[in-house]
Amino acid sequence: MLNFFQLILIYAGVYAIMAIGQNCITGYTGMLSLCHAGFFCIGSYATAIMCKIFGLSFWLSLPAAAIVSGIIGFLIGVPTLRLKGDYLCIATLGLGEIIRNVATNLNPVGISQIPRAELFGYVFMSRNKWAFIILIWAFVLIFYLLFQRLLHSRIGRAMTAVREDEVAAASNGIDVTKYKIVSFVLGAAVGGIAGCFQTAYTLTVSPASYTFMVSVMVLCTVVLGGMGNGKAVILGAVIIQFISYFPQLTGLTNVIPAQAKQMIFGLILVVMMVWRPQGILGRDRFRYGSARRPLFAKKKEAGV
Amino acid sequence: MRILETQNLTREFGGVIAVNDVSFKVEEGLVTGLIGPNGAGKTTLFNQITGMDKPTSGKVIFDGKDITGLPAWKISRLGIARTFQNIRLYRELTAVENVMLGLHFKVGSDPFRHRFLQSLRSYVFASGENKELYGKAMEWLGFFDIADSAQELARNLPYGTQRELEIARALSAEPKLLFLDEPAAGMNPAETAHLMSVIDKIRSLGVTVVLIEHDMKLVMNICDQITVLNFGMKIAEGTPNAIKTNRDVIEAYLGREEDF
Ligand SMILES: Nc1ncnc2c1ncn2[C@@H]1O[C@H](COP(=O)(O)OP(=O)(O)OP(=O)(O)O)[C@@H](O)[C@H]1O
Ligand SMILES: [Mg+2]
Repeated sequence: MLNFFQLILIYAGVYAIMAIGQNCITGYTGMLSLCHAGFFCIGSYATAIMCKIFGLSFWLSLPAAAIVSGIIGFLIGVPTLRLKGDYLCIATLGLGEIIRNVATNLNPVGISQIPRAELFGYVFMSRNKWAFIILIWAFVLIFYLLFQRLLHSRIGRAMTAVREDEVAAASNGIDVTKYKIVSFVLGAAVGGIAGCFQTAYTLTVSPASYTFMVSVMVLCTVVLGGMGNGKAVILGAVIIQFISYFPQLTGLTNVIPAQAKQMIFGLILVVMMVWRPQGILGRDRFRYGSARRPLFAKKKEAGV
Repeated sequence: MRILETQNLTREFGGVIAVNDVSFKVEEGLVTGLIGPNGAGKTTLFNQITGMDKPTSGKVIFDGKDITGLPAWKISRLGIARTFQNIRLYRELTAVENVMLGLHFKVGSDPFRHRFLQSLRSYVFASGENKELYGKAMEWLGFFDIADSAQELARNLPYGTQRELEIARALSAEPKLLFLDEPAAGMNPAETAHLMSVIDKIRSLGVTVVLIEHDMKLVMNICDQITVLNFGMKIAEGTPNAIKTNRDVIEAYLGREEDF
């Protein structure tokens, strides 16, 4: 029971990091992209290869994973980001699947026995779950703060402008394409970092774990919590992981089939779109002009 | 001095020639009116000049430079701002955030150079920059007497205020040339009167204004020069008095001459 609870916290952290990346793409800039599983996959593999084959430490593989998936994000983004709405969604969905298929064809069994992460001589053992929980959630906090700051900076405002009205944004001197690509690359890089932590915990990577379902779950997380709201997507990640592990947590694995969660995610997406499209917490309304620093400034009640 | 000029500008949409061989001139410091019946090609002409769309042929010369076919964001940074016929505000953002976005490229020393470094700076020193932009944005809202609505979402503002907010957002970039596409459309007489005083104030800032408008009283009152389009072609240009009595213009507006 406690074991599962810890497991949920670990995966909630990994998904929260992914959701922060997806939120940058979909919540800030308004691009409906469905290939976060692909970036997750690339980050995981990059870490596995760096650590196992090149013998790099986990801490060096972390930025490497971010850079590699950022570059892939750029390569995917440049041709696809001129598409809008549903078309972008389908194109990215296809590209995410291509990444997984390439991984499967190159090496169907994946990579295992990846060296463990270390920090100041402390080795992160998979059985010591609290250490992972602290490590991963520390990074959730870091990325939360970095992306909150981004949202409330000139760059983030320009991304919001692109989401609200591309034509108006261009008339205000905002290079729409550039901001779309920046947003996509940042989101992809963060997705890669989530993959890095996943690898550090499981010590194996296998192409089967990066299915389209992962992308749906991440999008679901963002929609459920509230698009464009950093706190909300973290909350969304925790809720989604609890739902995901509900059968194991309650010992009802015999009663609830594993496929049920896919149905539940679909249902969540539909119900949220119809009843509360702004998500549980709604958009983050930031009040400029308050005396306090933006990072810690009070959020105004989200208007409905 | 001539600040803007189009040379034989043409824009075809399939079979429709929306703008046909138009040579349109704007003198610095004046308010130029662009009038013509519905579908005459006024908005299309604006779109070609501001880079929202690319002309089929012809040239746009701004400040002595050929800007034909440049992307809209570059043209905006060169000093041409605009509003839209169907208001295009950032509806889910507050009034003050809308104007802060108008100031987007006004930070840093040059709107074209060192922009990456400037972006990094904007990120690292976000709070200081936000305070500065907020202050400037509030000044522009004050200029339009709408500072009270600063924290309202743009979509919740009354129609007239939305129109003025859009002008405030365009003007905050301190353009040399400001294009207004039917700013008085849908305004009540009180709002229109306020708008007229605002345009006067804009002119006194030294900004050159080009104005599409169907409200003839407004056009005749505040424009120094008027150009008339009909079926995509320029049919007349001159002072309001000359336009009022121009036979071609009266014909184009057949049945509407009592407006004059
Ligand atoms: N994107 C487009 N595709 C096809 N035709 C277009 C397009 N934009 C404009 N047109 C056509 O070009 C002509 C001129 O339109 P435009 O909007 O410039 O007129 P306008 O003078 O601004 O009229 P209004 O006073 O009604 O705003 C119209 O016949 C219109 O149908
Ligand atoms: Mg028009």
